[in-house]
Amino acid sequence: MKLLNVFLATSALTLFASQANAVDLEFYFPVAVGGAAADTIQSLTEEYMANNEGVKIDAIYTGSYADTTTKAITAVRGGNAPQLIISLSTDMYTFIDEDMIVAWDNYLTEDEQKNWIGGFYPAFMANSQTEGKTWGIPFQRSTPVLYWNKEAFKAAGLDPEKGPANWAEMVEMGKKLTVKDASGNVTQWGVHIPSSGFPSWLWTGIVAGNGGLLADDTGKNVNFNSDAAVGALEALVSLSSKDGVMAPGILDWGGTPKAFFEGQAAMIWTTTGNLTNVRTNAPFDFGVGFLPGLKQNGAPTGGGNFYLLKGSTDEELQAAADFVKWATAPEQAAKWTIATGYVAPRPDVWETETMKDYVKGFPQALVARDQLDYAVAELSTFEGPKVTQLLNSALESAITGQKSPKEALDGAQAEADAILKAYH
Amino acid sequence: MNSRNWIYAWLMLLPAFVFLIAFTHLPAVTTLIDSFFTTAKGRRAAAFTGLGNYQKMLGDPIFVKAMVNSAIYAAITIPASIALSLAMALLVHRSFRGVSLMRMAFFTPTVLPLIAVANIWLFFYAPGFGLIDQIRLYFGLPSANYVGQPDTALYAVAAVTIWKEAGFFMIFFLAALQTIPQSLREAAAIEGCGRWTFFRRVTLPLIMPTTLFVSVNAVINAFRLVDHVFVMTKGGPDSATMLLLYYIFETGFRFWDTAYAAALTVVLIAILSVVGIGQFFLADRRVHYK
Amino acid sequence: MIGETTFDRVLIRGGGALLALIWIAPLAYAVWAAFHPPAFEARFELMAPLTLDNFASAWSQAPFARYFLNTILLVTMILSAQLVLCTLAAFAFARLEFPGKTFLFTLILMQLLVMPDILLVENYKTMRALGLVDTIIAIGLPYFASGFAIFLLRQTFMTIPKELDEAARVEGCSLLGLLWRVYVPLGKPAMLAFGLVSVSHHWNNFLWPLIITNSVETRPLTVGLSIFATTDSGTEWAVINAATLMTSAPLLLGFLLFQRQFVQSFMRAGIK
Repeated sequence: MKLLNVFLATSALTLFASQANAVDLEFYFPVAVGGAAADTIQSLTEEYMANNEGVKIDAIYTGSYADTTTKAITAVRGGNAPQLIISLSTDMYTFIDEDMIVAWDNYLTEDEQKNWIGGFYPAFMANSQTEGKTWGIPFQRSTPVLYWNKEAFKAAGLDPEKGPANWAEMVEMGKKLTVKDASGNVTQWGVHIPSSGFPSWLWTGIVAGNGGLLADDTGKNVNFNSDAAVGALEALVSLSSKDGVMAPGILDWGGTPKAFFEGQAAMIWTTTGNLTNVRTNAPFDFGVGFLPGLKQNGAPTGGGNFYLLKGSTDEELQAAADFVKWATAPEQAAKWTIATGYVAPRPDVWETETMKDYVKGFPQALVARDQLDYAVAELSTFEGPKVTQLLNSALESAITGQKSPKEALDGAQAEADAILKAYH
Repeated sequence: MNSRNWIYAWLMLLPAFVFLIAFTHLPAVTTLIDSFFTTAKGRRAAAFTGLGNYQKMLGDPIFVKAMVNSAIYAAITIPASIALSLAMALLVHRSFRGVSLMRMAFFTPTVLPLIAVANIWLFFYAPGFGLIDQIRLYFGLPSANYVGQPDTALYAVAAVTIWKEAGFFMIFFLAALQTIPQSLREAAAIEGCGRWTFFRRVTLPLIMPTTLFVSVNAVINAFRLVDHVFVMTKGGPDSATMLLLYYIFETGFRFWDTAYAAALTVVLIAILSVVGIGQFFLADRRVHYK
Repeated sequence: MIGETTFDRVLIRGGGALLALIWIAPLAYAVWAAFHPPAFEARFELMAPLTLDNFASAWSQAPFARYFLNTILLVTMILSAQLVLCTLAAFAFARLEFPGKTFLFTLILMQLLVMPDILLVENYKTMRALGLVDTIIAIGLPYFASGFAIFLLRQTFMTIPKELDEAARVEGCSLLGLLWRVYVPLGKPAMLAFGLVSVSHHWNNFLWPLIITNSVETRPLTVGLSIFATTDSGTEWAVINAATLMTSAPLLLGFLLFQRQFVQSFMRAGIK
């Protein structure tokens, strides 16, 4: 007995010693939804440090996603990588290709691999696993939804409580919602699907709704010019060119909520990350619904994952992994979701009392969760930024009428194949 | 000059050259070397490819577009900003009621960072609720989407550059105009010399050094000022506002193809050399033989 | 004025006023958006309520005072270093004969073209090797030796009559004394002109500071401001403009208060 006591005491001592042996962690995080999110991350890390002596986390706000990726890769090439970053889930293949991240599997017990990893929504894990390993942990994830202006619906003689159930309905409603002034200029458009910067994101949803997928889970094959994809782009282009329910040209992403608030667009497509923004600033009642699909429901996921970066000791990476396990646990994740409007990445988060209370007062938040059942991975491949960019260019050229949808997508497919050939 | 002078000269040059070589020439040489290799990825080492990156350019439609766009952008912004800044300087050079307000108006671009101002311009250009569209609607004109259409986006971006540059260059012209002796004006007035003639025969030649100084700046900025592209268009739509430096940034820091970015940088340097060096020697000669 | 009719005057003033209106529009809009609730970002109603909330929210979202201090430190440091290093070098090029002069001057001219802004990756590696990542000094280092300043000052120094040199030498002035007593005072106009270029450039510089800084203690204003420009949710013009005004206000006020002195001293300087 005495011996056991001594044994316990020593092991406790060693445990204590290893904890006192301070671990300093650096953690880069982007914020894409305004200032409150940064404060929440800071308070989360502070809370964690207060409860875990010996772990010091330096949470560094690094701007947008693109800036964060830039900083992380530059830091890795410069030889002073942080242990932990949050970056786009679609950067997974880029990071693997750069050989700068480690799989989470090494820092998880078998039980954690099964129950913790298995506890995330599969739609989010689609952008987080490849080659049989888990590389990203979903955290600030989102999905786009349709917002509609109930007052505009009423004015157009539509049922304000019912958004469009499918694409055809959206076009039909859009025609009723498009209002012109005396001189024939449109003062209110029916639909507004933003297309600046990264049109491929929302378009992925249209393709999914048309029964198509843009890439497989190896990150080496894309399918940009399938019938489903061409049909999806034709439908999008038609909104302006044929149906006359959407303003022509590239529509700015950042100005989309404003166009909605100003009554210049009766239905908008944008991220759930905008829920809080719309709720605070819309001077009218609004509804939130699934993205209307051409054939079925479909939507992309988006947003950021946690990644573990190479270049640190196992002890440091283990400490970083432990922090992430804590941060994604239900209570913390609920706090995060409520502060930012991101979709809670695990079903058990929605079971917490905090979340239940939140949803009671704000049922629109549930739409995003329920849409996850139909969600597909965001386009992600090796040479991801380049492949996505060429697709974006192709979409832009079709939207602005420079090329036909088929022509644009055939070109994008050929270019993407040429780039991805190196990985086969 | 005695022979010991060259030691002094070298000592005086030393501090500047330490920085110059460490942060410009050495990195430039590594860039040139890098442009002959493929990009090293974590899983693949860099391999010698000779002129491979340069051959790639010829078949790269975005590169071609970026070259054309940069040429148009330079051809618009350089003369427009120089002409406008000179006109502004001539305007506020004299004193009349409200001149200080006007001067301040022209000076605003110098104090407002481009990265912040780009958002304001984005609001001006926004279709529907944007300022320009509100004005258009008032006059019964249909809505226009300036940054969202490939045929207008580059001009919309160039307009912001001209706004920025002209306000800045105005200050230099203003200073130069002040050095023109009042007696010359009086003499011209007595001789009944017209406004335009005076400007062409007296003002323009006298401010030539300033014009050269300003145009050197304008040329460099035409290839360097891309901050607002980050906010306004990111090179789109369909590469309509893709400029060479932005493409270099995108290739190097978004696509992580540093070798190709290095080759693009070499091309940019070559272009600047051709345009720039000519100007410098012109400026140099003028001062030498004045 | 010469040959000016009333018609001319009206035409010129009218055109000038229109030009001034366009030029001040962004500032005017910034003021409008910053002092009104977000609902009035795109509605120009005379009776719209005024508010300071946007400033409060911008102020709470980022430590602008610190960013401001960082920028002031950065700009001052760069300009001082540039003036010292480049005056020395320009003097050598303008007045001394030494082997390799043409070659070295060509190297200087090259830096005019190969702007440090382009060499981000390589320069980051260097800073890393020096252990200077995330320091204000690292933002400035690549710009300390400015080819532009050397070129400009050399041009100015070459216009200074050599008789002045000899007079000073006869009086027993050393080379550095000559530089300090004759060339620096006469070169002041050019230094002022360059100073304006330099301050304006580094006040607004964005890309390199973005890459090399990691923390609030080192970030300059532009990087701080970009926080507001890059959200996935809608662009918040009200808050962005409040932030823009806060950070530009000191410069704007300074110009308003000292505009006469500023423009005059600059005018007196002239550029040759």
